[in-house]
Amino acid sequence: MPADRFSLLRRWEGLILILLVAVTTWASLGVDGFANSSNVSFLLLDVTEIALMALTMTLVIVAAEIDLSVASTLGLSCAVLGWLWNAGLPIEAIMPICLVAGALCGALNGFLVTRLGLPSLAVTIGTFALYRGLAYVILGDQAVADLPPAYTSLATATLGPIPVVTLLVAVLAVLFVVILHATALGRAIVALGSNEEAAYFAGIRVKRIRFWLFVASGAMAALASLVFTFRYASARADNGGGLELAVIAAVLLGGVSIFGGRGTLPGVLAAVLLLGVVRNALILADVANEVLNFVTGLLLVASVLAPNLGAVWRRRTSPPLEGSLEGKSAL
Amino acid sequence: MADSPPPVLALREVSKSFGAVRALREVSLSLIAGEALALAGENGAGKSTLVKILSGVHRPDAGRLLLDGEPVEFHGPADAQAAGVAVIYQEPTLFPDLTVAENIFMGRQPRGRLGRIDRRAMRAQAAALFTRLGVPLDPEQPARGLSIADQQLVEIAKALSRDARVLIMDEPTAALSGNEVTRLFGVARSLREQGCAVLFISHRLDEIFDLCQRVTTLRDGGHVADDRIADIIPDDLVRRMVGRELGALFPKQDAVPGEVALQVRRLTREGVFTDVSFEVRRGEIVALAGLVGAGRSEVARAVFGVDRWDAGSVQVGGRALRPGSPAASMALGLALVPEDRRQQGLVMELSIERNIALAGLAEVRHGPLISRAAERVRAADWAQRLQLRHRSLADAVDVLSGGNQQKVVLAKWLARQPSVLIVDEPTRGIDVATKAEVHRLLSELAVGGIAVLMISSELPEVLGMADRVLVMREGRLVAEIPRGTATEETVMAAATGIGGGGA
Repeated sequence: MPADRFSLLRRWEGLILILLVAVTTWASLGVDGFANSSNVSFLLLDVTEIALMALTMTLVIVAAEIDLSVASTLGLSCAVLGWLWNAGLPIEAIMPICLVAGALCGALNGFLVTRLGLPSLAVTIGTFALYRGLAYVILGDQAVADLPPAYTSLATATLGPIPVVTLLVAVLAVLFVVILHATALGRAIVALGSNEEAAYFAGIRVKRIRFWLFVASGAMAALASLVFTFRYASARADNGGGLELAVIAAVLLGGVSIFGGRGTLPGVLAAVLLLGVVRNALILADVANEVLNFVTGLLLVASVLAPNLGAVWRRRTSPPLEGSLEGKSAL
Repeated sequence: MADSPPPVLALREVSKSFGAVRALREVSLSLIAGEALALAGENGAGKSTLVKILSGVHRPDAGRLLLDGEPVEFHGPADAQAAGVAVIYQEPTLFPDLTVAENIFMGRQPRGRLGRIDRRAMRAQAAALFTRLGVPLDPEQPARGLSIADQQLVEIAKALSRDARVLIMDEPTAALSGNEVTRLFGVARSLREQGCAVLFISHRLDEIFDLCQRVTTLRDGGHVADDRIADIIPDDLVRRMVGRELGALFPKQDAVPGEVALQVRRLTREGVFTDVSFEVRRGEIVALAGLVGAGRSEVARAVFGVDRWDAGSVQVGGRALRPGSPAASMALGLALVPEDRRQQGLVMELSIERNIALAGLAEVRHGPLISRAAERVRAADWAQRLQLRHRSLADAVDVLSGGNQQKVVLAKWLARQPSVLIVDEPTRGIDVATKAEVHRLLSELAVGGIAVLMISSELPEVLGMADRVLVMREGRLVAEIPRGTATEETVMAAATGIGGGGA
């Protein structure tokens, strides 16, 4: 019984994986046009930005914070790219500038959260509007489309059915899995997300880690903006609007606790794919957009509900802990 | 018992299991009007489960609950409250933004015309309750900012306003100072004399002997004995609780003090503590005594770097400490076992081995990665040295009893092999047998050359363990008493400032 907290979590991630396989199988057999190589490429391309931002978002949420400004950061980075390209800078110089701009966006979030002690939910709702607004100030409503073909074609190029950018995602995913699950930093992130005070008492530099997580989140949004811009061959201020919710949805569906301290990256990656496959299959099956949103919402509610049902069940069957309930539930 | 009126509330051969764990086995207990009954037992003996059955949180699997001699079933806490059962917890849960009076009458406010809350009546009734309790609390004060002791009194007033006939006090004194305990006991005695039945739970035996007339002892979920307090001495009770003879509770070995390991000079944190200077040598156990709120824990927190300080300096092994950084303090060999182990000492969701590794992540690394094998070895080694009672080191730490959780916190810090160990209330809320083990461990560590600074609110612990006693009062260090002359009287005199103030 004692270890079932962990096995239950594994079971949840297992469930997402099984669901992913089941939905993919169903779509391959029952949906015309799903199981061909160009659709698989399209599907993988389509989730690239979400997958990239979900990697950092997972760390941020495990650390009991949230970053709602990622899609706006993406838009701001797109705007910076378009503006500098119009100004005649070479694209090789622009790309690192975009990454720095994204990191600065994250640094502002991190500063407000860790130095001024503001809640990240409030801070990033604010910067959600701020960064998007800034994007419009920089680029207005024009679309910069005359981007170098070398990059736009690379962004959609494939090796067999696998897009080149998916390889980038895969490399970063491995890196992040190792960071979260096998390094001291990852261990510290889990600990501080679960109990910040105890982590601080154990000598973990809580604020510093949180700050750099926001920086990483911003830089990753900028990286996603590069993929996005080249993929659509269009830099616009409104690029990626609403993407933050898709990212957070995937992270939560993947079994990461919104309260921090719990979650695994394999689960999140499976959830990113699951949401992508469902979306793709339903579009191919000519299902209306409204239904699509409904299904996504349903999966999300289930993801929040299911672990809690598990917790209720556990509470009923496991012994109370001497001392653990003292002073709680007075009534 | 057959002649006298039936007990107000009684359990008859009550059993309760959770899954495969039998928390209570055929336990009987009687709460009699006008009498205080103590419930004694180590952690894990089933005391909490028993309280939860009496208060309607759990329902027994077998056995009966008798109210005034009649069988009764509590379907929830509301039933128990309606029957006159009130529970005072160690840390009450009041609504911080409501006033004391509003807290007392929450959900049962006196109504005026048109069903509006009659604030004046509510205030008057609350004031009357406090008069009856003999405590000067202001009904209009917001609950936020009340001390734990005052919050408990509000809970007792709430119980009184409901005409409670059974008052269950679940370790109410764990976080109280001496004066506050005295006041709480005064209230409990007067309620008892007014005909209340009191059930009192505490790990402090002297309190049981002070307040109660009878004691029921549990061990491993079973009923061990019912005694009249007048018929037994504390050693008897310990034997019933533990089921075997204990080694000495304070196995202090003599150690030869070595060089100065921790030197604190004129440390000041404005409004918290002022001009605190002391030193701790290798091999020494120095106790920091004083009333709750005297600033002891705050000094420890500042020395360790959890809080900042405004003036003064700290040296560890002759090297100046950078203020405000636990990581820097740890690098110089400082370790702090904090006051609140659940909130500050442990990450409850993490496993035992990961908690033990948490303060030394750099030491269980293999290249850039954490070595699970190194982590396991480190945890297994210390679990064995501290005789940790556990099933698997991969279990979440929250399945352990309080005493074993404290051993995990100790293991986490000892594994770093510190030169200075600060322990803040090292045995609060843990059972007698584990207490003795922790004391033995501290003594061995000191003999092994570690400098130990121990904060404790339990005078027997301070007197039994310390080579020197430092006493704080109102943020200042007011006395330093060597082992030879430290007695309850000298320490309390210095702590309260009554009768001289010590050496």
